[in-house]
Amino acid sequence: MVNKKESFEEALKRLETLVEQMESGELSLEAMITHFEEGSALVERCSKQLTEVEQKIEKLVKRGDSLERAPFDAEA
Amino acid sequence: MLEQGLGELWVSGELSRVTLHTSGHWYFTLKDPQAAVSCAMFARENASVDFVPEEGMKVELLGRASLYEASGRYQLIVSEMEASGRGDLQKQFEALKAKLAAEGLFDEMRKKPLPKVPQRIGLVTSSTGAAVRDLVEVLTRRFPHLEILLAPVPVQGEGSARRIAAAIEYLNQRQELDLLIVGRGGGSLEDLWAFNEEVVARAITASELPVISAVGHEIDFTIADFVADVRAPTPSAAAELAVPEEADLTRMLGAEQRRLVAALRDMMQRLQIRFERLADHPVFREPAQAVKLYRQDVKQLKRQLAVVLVEAQRARAERVSQAGLRGGHTLERSLQQMQQRVDEAGLRLRHGCDVQRRDRRRRMEHVERQLVLLNPLAVLSRGYSLTMRGDGSVMRSVAEAKVGEAITTQLEDGQMISSVKEFKNRAGEEDG
Repeated sequence: MVNKKESFEEALKRLETLVEQMESGELSLEAMITHFEEGSALVERCSKQLTEVEQKIEKLVKRGDSLERAPFDAEA
Repeated sequence: MLEQGLGELWVSGELSRVTLHTSGHWYFTLKDPQAAVSCAMFARENASVDFVPEEGMKVELLGRASLYEASGRYQLIVSEMEASGRGDLQKQFEALKAKLAAEGLFDEMRKKPLPKVPQRIGLVTSSTGAAVRDLVEVLTRRFPHLEILLAPVPVQGEGSARRIAAAIEYLNQRQELDLLIVGRGGGSLEDLWAFNEEVVARAITASELPVISAVGHEIDFTIADFVADVRAPTPSAAAELAVPEEADLTRMLGAEQRRLVAALRDMMQRLQIRFERLADHPVFREPAQAVKLYRQDVKQLKRQLAVVLVEAQRARAERVSQAGLRGGHTLERSLQQMQQRVDEAGLRLRHGCDVQRRDRRRRMEHVERQLVLLNPLAVLSRGYSLTMRGDGSVMRSVAEAKVGEAITTQLEDGQMISSVKEFKNRAGEEDG
């Protein structure tokens, strides 16, 4: 899914931006805290996204007129 | 006769019974559906052939007929050998490459960046063979949490190019993938040919998803490689280009998280230090001291205010005098005089009072002393006494006394009552 891919990479990019801004030391305490909260949420989301996708190897097979997914065994 | 009559000629057919003799000479049979002819290609000639002749290979030969006397049969002495159609393929390749390049399809500008962290990858390759095994193995080793969807296609032979192109289009339509890898394992130019066909190049160009091409070996370049967003030298290399090491990614996330926490902690520390410095300020530490300071300020202000007021008054007075108002002076003088009189009167009054008071006190003391002297009772303390008759009158002469009369003697601390026995006057005469 294109959206999900973008969201992961954007999350990563956003996280880097947040950290850089925080490290610049130019944020107010309020901004610091909202940045921290957002960053922590992003870390959690990214970590979750990395692990929640199950490894799945499938191939498309023709069934009648349409293609369907079927498990793929590399040795076959 | 035949040798002279036929001269050199081009013939085409399929190789069989190929013998590559240790002498360097090649011996084989060229055949087509109708006929077969024995051929010999000597080492001097075959050195310029850039491929190794194999059984079943279609070739075109330039040679001349010659009688092999040992068998009494004619054979073809070959001076040049070309693989059938190869020249055509090369020409087609160059032509298509030039055409697509002219369209700008190889421009770096057109190339899509690969997703850093693809989670679903589509493979367009044969479902059998080394390529798909290598791809799956490397992909899943580097990034265990990955979805792989294989679109199995024939990668060589009639119609394979159209199937490859259709698969690329189809995987794009499914809209569930992040990246495509299109390719196959190594093979001859003919084997790889599908990836040199325009239909495949067009499909790759039209792909919304980024495409990594992975065709053959390091040295093989196909049109697909030129139009793909990234060309990988081999399928394994394609897998490495496609996904990051998940462990690296996890480490990176952890590092970002640590930076996040460190940045916040730094700020809190800085704020803490600033706060403590402020809290340490005398205003907060010793409020009383601070108030004192303020009070001093107020005093100072008061003084300044007074100065200002005096100054203002002086200025006003000056203005009055400057106005030349004699009356001002007069008034001032008369006021001064009046003040003086009041002062003098006050002094006198006070002086008078003092004199009077002193005088009165002196007189009072005098009276007091007199009173003390006059007090009849006062002498009694010195041992004198008073003698009174019964009616309380004080007796001053013995002549007043009668024998047997009761008299009262007053001493300092009390009275005695006694009766007169006799009395004598000063001359010693006895009365009575």
